[in-house]
Amino acid sequence: MTTVATRRELPVRAPRPSLLERLTAGGSWTVFALLLLVFVLIFVMNPSFAEPSSLMAFVKKAAPLVILAIGQYFVIVSGEFDLSVGSLVGAQVVIAAKVMDGQDELTWPVTALMIGFGLLVGLVNGLVTTLLKVPSFITTLGMMLVLYGAIRLWTGGAPTGALTEQFRQWGRGGIFGEPGQFQVPYALIVVVVLGVLAVLLMRRPFGRTLMATGDNDVAASYSGSPVWWVRTRAFLLSGFMATIAGILIGGYAGVTAQVGEGLEFMAITAVVLGGVVLGGGRGTVVAAMAGALTLEALFTLFNQLGLPSTIRPVVQGVIIIAAVAYAAMPRKARRRRPAVPPPSAAGDAAEPKEPAPTHA
Amino acid sequence: MTATTTREPDAPAPGGDRDEIILRLRGIGKEFFGNSVLRDIDLDVRAGEVHALVGENGAGKSTLMKIIAGVHRPDAGSVELDGSAVTFASPLAAQHAGVSTVFQEFNLLPERSVAENVYLGREPRRAGLVDRGRMHADTNRLLADLGLTGLESHQRVGSLSVAQQQIVEIVKAVSYDARFISMDEPTAALADQEVELLYELVRRLSGRGVAILYVSHRLKEIFDLCDTITVLKDGNHVLTTPTAEIDPDGLVRTMVGREFAGYFPDRDPSIVPGDVRLALDGVGNTQVDDVSFEVRAGEIVALAGLQGSGRTEIAHGIFGVAGFSRGRVLVGGRAVDVRSPRQAVRAGLALVTEDRKAEGLALGQSILANARLVLDAVIPRSADRRARRIPGILSSLELVAASQETEVQYLSGGNQQKVVLAKWLVTEPQVIVLDEPTRGIDVGAKRAVYDLMRELTANGVAVLFISSELPEVVAMADRILVMRDGLLAGQLPAGSDEETVMALATGAGVDSGEHLAVDLGAVSHTDDLPGTDGAGPHPDHPSRSTGPKEDR
Repeated sequence: MTTVATRRELPVRAPRPSLLERLTAGGSWTVFALLLLVFVLIFVMNPSFAEPSSLMAFVKKAAPLVILAIGQYFVIVSGEFDLSVGSLVGAQVVIAAKVMDGQDELTWPVTALMIGFGLLVGLVNGLVTTLLKVPSFITTLGMMLVLYGAIRLWTGGAPTGALTEQFRQWGRGGIFGEPGQFQVPYALIVVVVLGVLAVLLMRRPFGRTLMATGDNDVAASYSGSPVWWVRTRAFLLSGFMATIAGILIGGYAGVTAQVGEGLEFMAITAVVLGGVVLGGGRGTVVAAMAGALTLEALFTLFNQLGLPSTIRPVVQGVIIIAAVAYAAMPRKARRRRPAVPPPSAAGDAAEPKEPAPTHA
Repeated sequence: MTATTTREPDAPAPGGDRDEIILRLRGIGKEFFGNSVLRDIDLDVRAGEVHALVGENGAGKSTLMKIIAGVHRPDAGSVELDGSAVTFASPLAAQHAGVSTVFQEFNLLPERSVAENVYLGREPRRAGLVDRGRMHADTNRLLADLGLTGLESHQRVGSLSVAQQQIVEIVKAVSYDARFISMDEPTAALADQEVELLYELVRRLSGRGVAILYVSHRLKEIFDLCDTITVLKDGNHVLTTPTAEIDPDGLVRTMVGREFAGYFPDRDPSIVPGDVRLALDGVGNTQVDDVSFEVRAGEIVALAGLQGSGRTEIAHGIFGVAGFSRGRVLVGGRAVDVRSPRQAVRAGLALVTEDRKAEGLALGQSILANARLVLDAVIPRSADRRARRIPGILSSLELVAASQETEVQYLSGGNQQKVVLAKWLVTEPQVIVLDEPTRGIDVGAKRAVYDLMRELTANGVAVLFISSELPEVVAMADRILVMRDGLLAGQLPAGSDEETVMALATGAGVDSGEHLAVDLGAVSHTDDLPGTDGAGPHPDHPSRSTGPKEDR
């Protein structure tokens, strides 16, 4: 460590703690440890899962949730919620089937229509939340019900029509190799591309502003951030991601009345599992994606253990509560590391700030 | 222990059990995660004594207070209350034992009444229900006992002034039959005039034999109020002395451990104010009215006045937080219509807000993320390029931290303020508005802020400086504007004395009346002194003509 000179430049990066410390420190790294653990358990239970084609099948199944988690991450990190994504996925699939109705030439126009619809839903969620000051929990809960009801009203209860083969390829097909044999699924490519874009976006001024807005929207606003537009953009991103997830799910699972149900809570669980703090301002998008993978892997593990699928909501509920409680615990491991010797002037002894005792 | 412990057992000795030691600390030590924060601290606080605990930020004052309050357990040493060793399991246990603490952050429920706040969690009951009658009667009796005629038990706490809320917080502490009360910067949020209210209460408490530990950064009140001073530095006990045996310079030297060649940096005579950078022309809204003034390049204009006189509202108006509905604002000679902070930034303005944690910083983000927030939010295209200057700015402010990635919540108040300053400096503003920039930061950081202000003027920036601390207003400003009741009460030249500013701010002798009697007393006091300039507290200033407006 250099000695304290009068005009010392701050080191750009903090010294990195050891890997083990990071894994146990809470926050983003824990989820990777968890992901690894679950996969090891699955491999032990069922060694054939390690075969490339099984892994690719898993990726295809998990991709929509990972994408939804990316969208949900943007909204949660900005300090809001989006409960409407499950219904939106369902609505998108039903709309696609009904409008497309198996006509190949409509594949691309309908895809564009879906993206437009997803953005519209995001825009409404965002504007109602930011301009009308309706808490996003309520806004998106309302949107969830509206979409749920409207789709059933429109279709008379049972979805009609059909998706084109071309459209369904996104969810089930792949490249390099023969169908039925090993293939790299399109879904994997889509996830990787969106994930990389999301990571880059979070490093851009927009991402930083989004994060700061979620941390302290008053300070962000006083710093010139247009808080309403920043948050609305997060909802737009969530609507877009839900649309992409809908396209993949439609291809993978086909059209049913139940499609999309419960996905909003799975996405929130995944994001929270990734150490992203509800209320905003903390967590990384990669960890949110890892949270989604972990959740899917966990469900795969339950399948192999022969547990009934009804255990899933129970596990989700426990994860949400446990993860939020864990995040609320004092982060001992995140203490400031005494990298700088106590300076002589402008004394800044390493005295961790602890919350003042509340209401005596 | 190398400390020069000068205890005088018979210093203030009126009353019977005056010298009785209420709280005795011996050899207190505390570590956090291997960092030693306090080492071998001894402290005696006697009945009826007001004992100042001073030191720079990070010296260990807060930790010591929290140990006394039962928030932290000491790793070494003992706490004795009335001669018997105690360990408090929780703040509540400490309170029930008669040891109360008034923290800097108010723990009050704004929507509830004074009585409900005072008796929160231990409301008197009858038949299982809250006995509201008794609760209010008890509270009123307590208020009357303490001579607090301005407060009533049924008032909603949110409707009270900051000073009154602070007093409710203290009343709450007293209501536990406290024999010992520690106060963490009780005046940090108060204007000078309101401080008198608090003084009165502290004196009354000490008159009743309560032992008071008083943490403050304001030297004036330490010397006005305290009998004994204990200085901590870097977790060590440095000095305990009767107040009479030390002077402010000596105290600052002891606290800082170095000499300050003059507490305030001198004006550079070569800086001549240039063009008008900021001009307000008859602006007003629901809070302020008919305010006109100019700030020139290279000039520091102070905006003084009591808390609530409209100073912060002027800052918010200029910056578009709560804009003006009347009048014009000109920046660099051009009329601008600022409706949001975003437009203000674009117009070349910067605002260092009064409340740095609530309004200035995203506490969970890194130093760098905070420092470049304005760039990211307002000019994303060139943010990366312009953010390259941030490391240089941070080091010129002598910010101390482990790295640029340190989350700002782990920094001391002074270093946090430097991050806020860096965030605005990097935007290269034409005009910077500083709203209480030295509130709650240590002496060294204050000096850095003053130096920065001088440097800004040397670079032709116009500085509007809002402060409740008259010494810094008087020492730093080229001109002093004084606000009163939302109006500009007058303008004073550089070098005006504190009494003149205060007289103008309170309206003493002009159209007084409803202002606090205590304060008028304090002001008239200075008039009695021979040789004060002018018999009346209002000097020859024409701008007094802004009479009371009716539309407030």
